[in-house]
Formats: sequence, C-alpha cells, structure tokens
Amino acid sequence: MNQYPLWKNALVLLVVLTAAVLALPNLFGKSPAVMVSPESGNASPALLAESIRVVQSAGVDSVRGKLVSGRAQLRFDNLDDQRLARSALDDALGNAVVIAPNLVSSAPDWLKLAEPMYLGLDLRGGVHFLMQVDMDAAIDKAYATLEQDMRVLLRDEGVRYRSVGRGAASVSVVLRDAANRDSVLTDLRRQYPETTVTVDEADPAAFGITFTEFALEEARTAALEKNISTLRNRVNQLGVAEPVIQRQGADRIVVQLPGVQDTTQAKEVLGATATLEYRLVYGDAADWFAAEETGRIPASAKLFRQRDTGEPILLNRRVIVSGDEIKDASSGIDSQTGSPAVFVNLNGTGANRMQRVTADNVGEPMAVVYKESRYERLVADDGSVTHEPRVDEEVINVATIRDVLSHRFQTTGLGSEEARHLSLLIRAGSLSAPVYIVEERTVGPSLGEDNIRRGFTACVVGLLLVMGFMLWYYRFFGLLANLALIVNIVMVVAVLSVIQATLTLPGIAGVVLTVGMAVDANVLIFERIREELRNGSPVQQAIHAGYDRAVGTIADANITTLIAALVLFAFGTGAIQGFAVTLSIGIATSMFTAIVGTRALVNLRYGGRRVKALAI
Amino acid sequence: MKRSFSFNFDFLRWVRQAAIVSGIAILLSIGLIATRGLNFGLDFTGGFLIEVGYEQPADLDVLRGALAGGGFEDAQVQHFGSATEVLVRLAPPEEEGAADISSDVLTALERAGGDPTMKRVEFVGPQIGDELRDQGGLAVIYALAGILVYVWLRFEWKFAAGSIFALVHDVCIVVGACALFQIDFDLSVLAAVLAVVGYSLNDTIVVFDRIRENFRRRGAGGTTEVMNLSINQTLTRTIITSGTTLLALISLFLFGGEVLRGFSFALIVGVLVGTYSSIYVASGSALLLGLQREDLLPVEKEGVDVDTTP
Repeated sequence: MNQYPLWKNALVLLVVLTAAVLALPNLFGKSPAVMVSPESGNASPALLAESIRVVQSAGVDSVRGKLVSGRAQLRFDNLDDQRLARSALDDALGNAVVIAPNLVSSAPDWLKLAEPMYLGLDLRGGVHFLMQVDMDAAIDKAYATLEQDMRVLLRDEGVRYRSVGRGAASVSVVLRDAANRDSVLTDLRRQYPETTVTVDEADPAAFGITFTEFALEEARTAALEKNISTLRNRVNQLGVAEPVIQRQGADRIVVQLPGVQDTTQAKEVLGATATLEYRLVYGDAADWFAAEETGRIPASAKLFRQRDTGEPILLNRRVIVSGDEIKDASSGIDSQTGSPAVFVNLNGTGANRMQRVTADNVGEPMAVVYKESRYERLVADDGSVTHEPRVDEEVINVATIRDVLSHRFQTTGLGSEEARHLSLLIRAGSLSAPVYIVEERTVGPSLGEDNIRRGFTACVVGLLLVMGFMLWYYRFFGLLANLALIVNIVMVVAVLSVIQATLTLPGIAGVVLTVGMAVDANVLIFERIREELRNGSPVQQAIHAGYDRAVGTIADANITTLIAALVLFAFGTGAIQGFAVTLSIGIATSMFTAIVGTRALVNLRYGGRRVKALAI
Repeated sequence: MKRSFSFNFDFLRWVRQAAIVSGIAILLSIGLIATRGLNFGLDFTGGFLIEVGYEQPADLDVLRGALAGGGFEDAQVQHFGSATEVLVRLAPPEEEGAADISSDVLTALERAGGDPTMKRVEFVGPQIGDELRDQGGLAVIYALAGILVYVWLRFEWKFAAGSIFALVHDVCIVVGACALFQIDFDLSVLAAVLAVVGYSLNDTIVVFDRIRENFRRRGAGGTTEVMNLSINQTLTRTIITSGTTLLALISLFLFGGEVLRGFSFALIVGVLVGTYSSIYVASGSALLLGLQREDLLPVEKEGVDVDTTP
C-alpha cells in the first residue's frame, strides 16, 4: 500500500518541472530595450545593422540587436544607455522610423515560456496617478452642443425664436409664435430621440429640453473612454515602457508610468489641454483699442490679447478651424524664417472650411489662437474645495492670407519647446473632459531597490527559520515538508509570471506569510500520523490514515483564509490587491505541494515495503 | 530528546475566567481606540507625504526651519527608520493645485543642504481618503459575513457564532494594540487585520473539525470532555503552526523595512491573540451557547434547522 501509480508520480514531477521553467526567467530579470520599425511593414536586416551602427557611434557599446516579430530590437545593460541610444536614433533616423522603448526578458531563448513577473511601482520606481474626470464639464459640453444644434434646427425650419438659452442642465427655448410649437416638437423628437421635452405650462411658446438619463450615461462613458485613449496616446508620445492606463470606477482613470521620476513633466503632458484655433481678424487696430477702452465689443467679434505685444485684438466670433479638426501635427523649423513652427494637418471638414474661408478672404488677416485650459483648485471660505476650469487664450500669430489653404499648412509664433509640446498634444487628441489628479504616488528608484532587497531578505530569513524548525522537529518528514515549501515558492512565482500579476511589496509580504502558513498542512498531516502511531496503528496504515483524515481539515481551514483574501482583492486597490493575490496563490499551491507532493515522496521512500519505524 | 508531545489540560475549566479576561481586553481595546484614537495614515486622511534620504544623519530642526521658510509651517518632520531617512507630512493643500506642492517641498529641502534624494512622494486627495475608509470598514464586515455563512454551512450555527465572536475579539484587540502603540494605520495595516481574520479562523476550524469528529466517533463523554480532548489533540499543531507563522512574521518585522512594520506588527499580535481565541473564545462560546452531541451528528435533513433537542 501507499504507492502512487507511475502516472501520478510523473504528473507531480511534470508540475514541479513546469513551475521551475516558468519561474526561472525571474532570475534573469528584464533589460531596457529600444524597438525600431519602419512606418509600415517589417524591419529589414539592413535597418537593424544601421540602428546598431548609429547607437555604437553614439558611444553605447553594450548594445545587442536582433529582429523580433518584424521589429529591430536593441537591448542595453542599463537605462542610461537606453536613453542615449534613443536620442541618437531619434536624431539619425527619427523621421523614417518608429522608435519605442521597451523592457524585454533577459533570459536565454529556450526559457522564454513565460515573461518575468511584472514588478509594481513600489519595487521599481515610477509614478502612479489617479485622475478624476470632470463629468459635470462633460455634460455641460454636451448641453452646449445641444444649444447650438437647437439654433440650427430652428433656423432650418424657418421658425423665429425669442431666445435659446442654457440652464444648469437643460436648454430652454422661447419661440416668437406659440403656433409653431407642436411642429417644432415633432421634429425635435424625431431628430433627437435622446432628449426629453418639458412644456412650460404658463407660456405655450416656451419649452425646455433635457437629455434622458440613458443619454447622459452614454455621454459620461464616451467622455471617459475618449480620455483614456487620449491619455494612452500621450503616454505613448512620452515614450514610457510598460505603462498602465486603466479605468477605475465610473469616473476615474489610473495612470502608471514605471521608471518616470520627473512628475512635473508627466503631469503637464497628462493634464494639459492645449490646442489651436484659427479665426479671421475683425476690423483694424483702431477698432481694437476702442473696443478695449469702451468695453463695447461688436456682436460678431471677440476680444483677445496678442502674445508678443500684449495689445488687444478683435477676432471674428466664428471659428474657422478648431483643435478637434486638426488631424495631425508635427514640430519643426520654418524653412524661410528659421523660427520654430508647427506643421498642421486638417481632417476633411476642417480642410473644406479652411479652403472656403481662405478663398473668400485672400488679402485679409487671419489669426492663430493658442488655447490652454487648466484646473485651478479653489477653496471657499467654508473650506469646501472646488476645481474651476480656467481657459487661457492668446493670439500667437496674425498673418495675411496669401493664397488658399486646405489640408496642410504651418503656424509660427511659438517657442521651440512649446511647438514640440503642442504638436504632441494635438497628435494625441484632446481631452473630452478636463481631468485633475486626486491621488499621486511616486517612488524613487533607490527606494524600489531597497524594497526588493528588504522583501527578499525577509523572505529568505523567514524561510530558513521555518525550515530549520521543521527539520529539527520532524526529521526526515521535516525534510519533505521543506522540499514542499521550496517548490511552493517556485510555484507561486511561476503562477505570478504566467498571469503577469503585479508583484508589490505587500505582495512579497504575502509570500512571506504563506511561507509561515504553508507548513500548516504538513504539520496537520504529520501530527495525525504520529497520533495514529501512538494509538498502535501499523506504519503503513498510519501514513494512509494520517493523509486521509487531514485533507478535510486542511481544505476547510484554507477556504476561510481564501474568503478573507478574496474580500481583500475585491475591496483593495493596487498594492493591497497584490497582497491578496499572492496570499491566494500561496494557499492554493501549498495545498498541492503539502498534500500531493509530500505524499509522492513519502510513498517513494516507504511505500510497498515493510517499515519498522518512521523518522517522524 | 523527545519531540512528540501529547497534552491533557483541562482547558475549559477556565472558560468563565477566560471569558472575563477576553471581555476586559475587548473593553480596554475599545477604550483605547476611543480615547487615544487610531493614528490614521495618509491613505485614510488625505494629504502629502514626502520621504527623502540623506548621506549623513539629518538635523530635523534645520529641515523644519527650511520648510517654514518655504511656507510650510505646519509640516510634520520626522526620522523614518534611521537618522538618514526623513519623512515630511502635510495636510491637504489649501489653494494651490496638488501638482506643484511636492516639488516645492523638495526645493525647500534642497535649499537646506545635505543633498537629499527623493525616495517617494504620496498625495491622497481628501475625497479618496474618505472613500478608502468606508471601503475598508465594509471589507472587514463582508469578510466576517462570508466566513459566518461558510462555517454555518459546514458546521453548525453555534460554531459559526463562536467563530465570529473569536474574530470580532481578535480584530478588536489587534486594532486596540495599533491604538496603544500609535501604529500608522494605513491600507497595509488594514490588509493585515483582514489576514488576521483569515488566519485566526484557520486555527478555529481545525479545533472545530476535531470536536465534530470526536463527537461522531466516540460514544461516551460529555460536551466539555470531548471539547477538552479535541483541544488537547490539536494543541501541538496549533502551537507549531503559530510558531512557524510567527517566525516568518518576525523576520518580516525585522528585515522587511519601515513600510511593512505596521503590517507585520498587526499580524504578530493577530497570530498570538488568534491562537488563544481559537481555544477559548471560539470553543468556549460554543460551549456556553449550549453545544451538544446531537448538534453535530450527521442528520438526513432538509434545511438547516437542527437546533432541536429531543
């Protein structure tokens, strides 16, 4: 008795070996890399050779390159080399290729079954932001659009109205003639099914329009998703390896940038909403100054300030092209003047309008407005905090329209840094609703290394203490329990690698706690065996009964810990979830190693032969 | 030397005294939490935390002066783990955007000299802090509820009640200990409290399991005797498992660094209290609730209501 069939032993061996192979890459870690690929198609060996040459001539000797899935992968020993290489590649090949930083496993190829564990920010340094999306602003924007649409609808119908205005969360319309109301409402319901109309009892010519709850929910979701994709684009422009951009809850976004230390720049790029607007100039300098002094501004004009002189200027209320219609932008140098420029590329509707307006106004001046909206944190007298959007608008450039513009043209009047920043923001798209930071956690690289070292030390010391005790107390069986414990840790690492869960410092603490608790299953079994022996059972039967009886207890006892861990996972965030994950995995794997694993070894040692006494 | 032990203590003779001791401990804990209060960490209060490291031991008074000069009069400055590590805490800001404060603090510290390196910066908005506090409280309640249901299904309601008493007892005392030593109560300490809930129950279940088995296997013996026997039979295992877990936790407490200190402290207290409570509070409550053999005999039953004594 007490013999496993061959297949069962083989299965245990297979599980242990698989776990070992999956866990091994973690010993090698990851090294910084740069991926180079052409704008379209696959990278050629020639491109790889060229990239290596560029990097080496910049003085980076640690480069190792190969072609990986259609891209040239250059690996480096450290982040500094990676940075140097990136800027060298950017200068030499920047316009023709796509250059992206990356982290790649340093394990040899035959071990590439699993990637190493994903290290949390507290272990490798970096910055974590939790951003709140201003949903009120998103809804407000939707109502502003609805208000514009209402004017258009009434104009198209030829219905005259006294006023179209906006309340807090509604659009109110007052017609000149109540007789037209019902036909307008019919059209309105047909064209805008996502709105609800409330008729004013007192005034038959007036009605209010609000969005249905469903439409509002859709607007919120759309705003959130658009913001996530915009932030993702911006982060990609920043060139951060392994970033995380995730939705959290109904109106928040988590952004994690490993390895980023300069949080100020990261915040600017993530939160900024800079864009350009093109408008025709209204009147001449005399009109502008008069408007400023008297405060009387013509109905079809808007007063702005010029950046370089600080003088007032009147621009046409109607925007020719706004930031949303700019498809693409890049920064460079204007070939004629040598000053920094942004090269703008418009989408179809923008280009059509630009073409029409410029064709009608050749010889007239056109102005470029630089708009930036930011958030100001205001604290009222009663201590309540609000975030108010502030829009800064300035005219950066006024130029006479020489010929018809359409898809592509350039804008000057910005500093070179500004031009770069602006083109990045335009390329990434605009935020559909403003965001502000409600939580920030930055970890310096040195602390990350400290944390790994501390966690590792605690883990090893704990392991040695527990193993020493088990060996002393249970002798040969203690040795088995220790083997099970080591395999258990290897399995936890393997599972973490496969599911690419994030390992955090509390996660390591979870592993240490598991080390202490994992021997529990073996203690239960061994104590049972001793008890059976004391009660006079024969050796083989004692082994059998000990394992058999303890299994139920072990399962029961572990499930309750699992319940606590699952609750932790459901409620926790970030680092705490890491703790819950490692604890749960540790509990699951320890049941396998303690019950099946040690049983296989016990059977190999004692099974199917006459045994006088057990070393337990 | 002899390494195999078997015990025969009359544990439950002291069940009433134990109940009194536990009651006093719980009242003391609640009193401590009420009077001294918990030292809530940044996660729950909101605000700023900036940790910097120095080559040489840093003079806190100089740094305080530098921060006051930079407009941060109410900054709390303290050493963190060693004399070369400094922790600066600030209440949530008044008017400026959160974005710039951390860099302003770093600039002020740099002016004081000593070439500090930024270790970490944490900012939690007040609103987030409130949410985390609510969620944390809910998490503990949900964990207790889930466990109550599970034990009820697997065992019997008196056991479930007993284990919940034990858990509430453990949570109270662990939190009380945090109040007593003014441990920085942040999310990781909350996680430790939840882990204590899981761990302490593990012990309790092992004892309950044995009680049930003995009731079913042995014909003779009253409730108290069977319970005593079961506790004695599982005592070695209880001591060893608590021992190994404590070994691992002490290693974490000593080597895991300052960040995990509160976490490991709470768990060490939890393991100690949990071991005691699984013997006295959980089994004791079941005994005082009038548990008897019939409650645990396998019954062909529909529904859960077997609390009838013939």
